[in-house]
Amino acid sequence: MYSKKFQKSLAAVEAAREANIALEPRRMTAQEKTDLLAAYHPDYKQDEFETLVIGPNKGDKVPKELAATLQAHSRITPESVDLSTPDYDVDVLVIGAGGAGTSAAIEAHEAGANVMIVTKLRMGDANTMMAEGGIQAADKPNDSPAIHFVDAFGGGHFAAKRELLQRLVCEAPEAIQWLSELGVEFDKTEDGTMVTTHGGGTSRKRMHAAKDYSGAEIMRTLRDEVLNRNIPVVDFTSAIELILDENGNAAGAVLMNMETKELLVAKAKTVIIATGGAGRMHYQGFPTSNHYGATADGLVLGYRAGANFFTQKLFSTILPEPLIPSRSSARWLPKRYVLSAQSL
Amino acid sequence: MENMVNIYLFGKKYSVPENLTIMCAMEYAGYQLVRGCGCRNGFCGACATIYRIKGETELKSCLACQTKVEEGMYIATLPFFPLVKQVYDLNKVTPSEAVMMQLYPEIYACVGCNACTKACTQDLNVMQYIAYAQRGDFEKCAEESFDCVMCGVCSSRCPAGISHPQVAMLARRINGKYLAPKCDHLEDRVQEINNGTFTELIEALMQKPIEEMKELYNNRDIEK
Ligand SMILES: Cc1cc2nc3c(=O)[nH]c(=O)nc-3n(C[C@H](O)[C@H](O)[C@H](O)COP(=O)(O)OP(=O)(O)OC[C@H]3O[C@@H](n4cnc5c(N)ncnc54)[C@H](O)[C@@H]3O)c2cc1C
Ligand code: SF4
Ligand code: SF4
Ligand code: FES
Repeated sequence: MYSKKFQKSLAAVEAAREANIALEPRRMTAQEKTDLLAAYHPDYKQDEFETLVIGPNKGDKVPKELAATLQAHSRITPESVDLSTPDYDVDVLVIGAGGAGTSAAIEAHEAGANVMIVTKLRMGDANTMMAEGGIQAADKPNDSPAIHFVDAFGGGHFAAKRELLQRLVCEAPEAIQWLSELGVEFDKTEDGTMVTTHGGGTSRKRMHAAKDYSGAEIMRTLRDEVLNRNIPVVDFTSAIELILDENGNAAGAVLMNMETKELLVAKAKTVIIATGGAGRMHYQGFPTSNHYGATADGLVLGYRAGANFFTQKLFSTILPEPLIPSRSSARWLPKRYVLSAQSL
Repeated sequence: MENMVNIYLFGKKYSVPENLTIMCAMEYAGYQLVRGCGCRNGFCGACATIYRIKGETELKSCLACQTKVEEGMYIATLPFFPLVKQVYDLNKVTPSEAVMMQLYPEIYACVGCNACTKACTQDLNVMQYIAYAQRGDFEKCAEESFDCVMCGVCSSRCPAGISHPQVAMLARRINGKYLAPKCDHLEDRVQEINNGTFTELIEALMQKPIEEMKELYNNRDIEK
């Protein structure tokens, strides 16, 4: 079934198996980690970055590929859209139907808002679907949000914005509870204790999984809930520009049908950008495990509308950090994913 | 030079390297995919595909991102299949057989042909999980169907018109919410957080200089 080349590589793995099993890996020292990152990690290779010459982050360095998209011309001209007759008019426009977007839509709907989702591919064709490993929350008796804070702050090389981290660690258990109540089947023992394991660099076992389908199980449940609530989902349609009102607040978006290229206008009181990551930009030629639509769209949308990046160091193609326990829009999500009307 | 094989995309012949997946072979041939491509990794079920090898009678199904091309493959993608998805309020359903009868009565018309199981791209025992659903055994249905990627191929083969993945989705949500054991430590922790048990500790961490944070981080005791 496998090709010759693959069989050869398989044989090499098998031959080395005994030695590999015998090898007891030790933790790297802080210095060893720093050296390794400087040599290989895309976030640390300075010559692969370019300085932005326009926009709110002018003067900052970002990956070359991102600089090219951020500073490119719009794919549409003002004449090609008619803002006076919007095709959709809603309270909340959610852009992107991954875990963050669908959660935000469900919470907005729960709060009584008239909400719609627009998403590039199908609902759930998103990185969330692929997060096999698990989702972290400090809910075990030997753990606490404070311990989680230290783990995550160090794991993120002390660069995180602490206010966001505080939210993450304090709201993670509630997010797990919220998902459980939606019917997500987290692994548990017979008495209901969560089965948890170590995540990358954690000091407590706080990674919750649903077999090896964690993200898929979360995503398909959220998708089912969006459908149960009859929240309108406009799929195979991308937001390609944000629309601002006279005060500079986000007031909607120009959308493009990915198949017919038809342009549509959505008007909204609040816009939530939840378009996920950038892996498919293949920064520095890096391969990626990201889904097909992960092309930094939200960053570009926001930037062109005048939003500041919270940090330009977050464009990692290698992402060992916890699944964002996402719930209601701006309250739950790091700025990188959500730029509410206020922040624009 | 790579070894090439001949495949037929929607009936048209292309010569493609033999080590490609069907999905990559389509891109190699020049298609730019909009539909039928999501995770590219076997999780999302966007790339359901049916094929027949030239000269064989059996109709096969697979995920295009997970399956290598073969000589003489006649390929048609199934990027969308009209499934029936009933809407319900999970807070109001009761974990009993009656839910299935009400929402998906067609499952009781299953003729036991096993075509769904044979077609499943995930090698699941689909007919069996439908049988569990018929009996209201949601736990077993959830377990048996857990690896379902909701690609819809099974439903495309079912003479009874059953939307298997949606039936299984309902069973899993009922199981997750009502039948799985409650988690006490989770509820306790949420309570503690709401009561402000950790507020002071976290506030202290918010103020600590980076050097002290590094100290803390580099000297953590690590759970075995
Ligand atoms: C292979 C893999 C494994 C992972 N494993 C883990 C793990 O074990 N634990 C963990 O915690 N994290 C993991 N992660 C990271 C985690 O999956 C993500 O951080 C998280 O799912 C992001 O959620 P999101 O909703 O912000 O983005 P996504 O889930 O990617 O959703 C973004 C959505 O926006 C849509 N979109 C994009 N652009 C536009 C546009 N212009 N208009 C409209 N829609 C648009 C996309 O199509 C997509 O549907 C993993 C990631 C990958 C890729
Ligand atoms: S059960 Fe049906 S929908 Fe689920 S993976 Fe198998 S073929 Fe696809
Ligand atoms: S294909 Fe339909 S009728 Fe046949 S066994 Fe499966 S569920 Fe029953
Ligand atoms: S693209 Fe997601 S399963 Fe193939």
